[in-house]
Amino acid sequence: MKILITLLASIFLFSGFALAETPEQKGLAIAKEDDKRDNGFQDFTANMVMLLKNRQGEESTRHIRNKTLEVEGDGDKSISIFDRPRDVKGTALLNFTHKVGTDDQWLYLPALKRVKRISSANKSGSFMGSEFAYEDVTSQEVEKYSYKWIRDEDYDGEKCFVFERYPVYKNSGYTRQVVWLDQKEYKILKIEFYDRKNASLKTLTQSKFKQYLDKYWYPEEMYMKNHQTGKSTLLTWTNYKFKNGLKDKDFNKNSLKRAR
Amino acid sequence: MPFIKPHRAGWTLLFFLAILALFRFPVKVFAHEISGFAAGEARLFPNEALFPGQNDQSASFALQPEYYHEFESGSSFTFVPFLRVDSGDQERTHFDIRELTYLWLQEDYELRVGVRKVFWGTTEILHLVDIINQNDQVENIDTEDKLGQPMVNVSFYRDWGTIDVFMMPFFRERTFQGTGGRLRFATPIDDDRVQYESSAEEWHTDWAMRYSHTFGDLDIGLSQFIGTNREPTLLNGTDSNGSAIKIPRYEQIKQTSIDASYVVGEWLWKLESLYRTGQGNENYFAWTGGFEYTFTGVFDSAMDFGVVGEWMYDTREERATNAFENDIATGLRLAVNDAASTEALFGWVQDLDTSARFLFLEASRRFGDNWLLTAELRAFIHQPMEDLFFDLRDDEIMQMELAYYF
Repeated sequence: MKILITLLASIFLFSGFALAETPEQKGLAIAKEDDKRDNGFQDFTANMVMLLKNRQGEESTRHIRNKTLEVEGDGDKSISIFDRPRDVKGTALLNFTHKVGTDDQWLYLPALKRVKRISSANKSGSFMGSEFAYEDVTSQEVEKYSYKWIRDEDYDGEKCFVFERYPVYKNSGYTRQVVWLDQKEYKILKIEFYDRKNASLKTLTQSKFKQYLDKYWYPEEMYMKNHQTGKSTLLTWTNYKFKNGLKDKDFNKNSLKRAR
Repeated sequence: MPFIKPHRAGWTLLFFLAILALFRFPVKVFAHEISGFAAGEARLFPNEALFPGQNDQSASFALQPEYYHEFESGSSFTFVPFLRVDSGDQERTHFDIRELTYLWLQEDYELRVGVRKVFWGTTEILHLVDIINQNDQVENIDTEDKLGQPMVNVSFYRDWGTIDVFMMPFFRERTFQGTGGRLRFATPIDDDRVQYESSAEEWHTDWAMRYSHTFGDLDIGLSQFIGTNREPTLLNGTDSNGSAIKIPRYEQIKQTSIDASYVVGEWLWKLESLYRTGQGNENYFAWTGGFEYTFTGVFDSAMDFGVVGEWMYDTREERATNAFENDIATGLRLAVNDAASTEALFGWVQDLDTSARFLFLEASRRFGDNWLLTAELRAFIHQPMEDLFFDLRDDEIMQMELAYYF
């Protein structure tokens, strides 16, 4: 009898704990699962076209090539090389993302043949004049935010987790981001960004997802709309290639100088 | 075109084409491209010229195509010729090979043979330790335009750092403004009578070695240069008519230098320092250093506003052969972050011992996808007699350049 009571009590307590998973724990669990599903790609290269549009509808484009290397136990390493506009052709950015602390960044200026260390502390700065900030384009790590699950809802015909994430790194331009993540494939479909005053700033919508290596879902289009300025940026990704055998030595100051 | 000096670059082309011909290129090519720019430039000097023959305005045209070939191995070939034709200064009309390089990419080293440009340093106002390439001074006095340097360069990359060895078989003379040009000294420089300390003259083999590495937030470079000084000592002489001229003399020097940058949050701290022997009869130290700080999203906009502060010092003080022997520089940089990449940089270099100051403003904006408009203003203010820039005291310059990039 005593045993039975203990057993029942344990079951009750256990299920009680399970039911009591806080929204914060659930949010973190979702982020961890998302990160796990993204792991193991090793490296990829891809081309990106940036279409900038201002409030008057005037357009301009930038063409960028990207190489990314997965680093076990830390954030990714990447090189972005600018092809167009032609006056910045050959300009390249080397970025070492870290799970904790600021990233390491170097900029290569081809006219001077100069590699310049730059401070990455101001993460809210515009990336190449676009509506994407540096903190939006560098690799997303679980440790960079705290989380809170809000609700489940259908978005664009897909069953989604809706959760908030709060940057824990310094100098973010955001108080919070609201993320719509589909429950089946863990694709980020939409993010709403709120500025330092917690006012609605930007919305990112990602579409045309394709699956690579039978595992990874990457969007071909990322559309960022700034609600405060009326400007927008559309990133179109093409020519994804995975497991190119890129190594650590392809991501240093030497390789930055000869990145083309 | 008799006013183009083909000897300055023509031999390099032949020499290196000959070397390159010795190597068999891999057959399969996956990149093959031509890019570059063509630019028209107008210069206006609001103050009347001080010296006979100088012009108050000039127009000029420049062309710099770039040919690039990448092989499947990652090795590559680059060719960048440069031509300027100038209406005001016959010496500014010149041709140069900026780059003509073959890069062999190996598993643990990189070998480059040919004509190249290499930059060392971290500071913004004075490029103190940068010594591999000669200044193309007729292009601009900011020392950022360089003549192509023939070299063999091996670069080894290891966990503990990168070692670069440079062998430079041929020396490039500095370009100097002609008598028709502004931004020159009162006494014309006769570079046909150039002198060398080495009996090998411009064929002296110069060597350099550099160790560079990143330690977390610290980037550091240690360099040693042994060879022909890029900066000539100017000797007094007379030409065949008995008029005073300056004769450049290139000495053999040794230069040991360090350059470093250190990131602390939003701050970027920089240092360059060198010790040089063999130039004149005074060995000396010189250093420059300071900070850069960027405010992002100023005025509730996407604009970035950067502040640069740097101090320059040379232990030769008033005997220094560069103008920044004890000066403080302040720079303000505004990046609008618009589609046209509008940018402006204002600089103020103040001599700490005299009232001399040097002001500049550079601004640029893109039009469409291919056009870039650049404006530059430079002014020399309160130059005392003993200042190196005294002869340039009336050479305030307004310059506009419209370039087409392809």
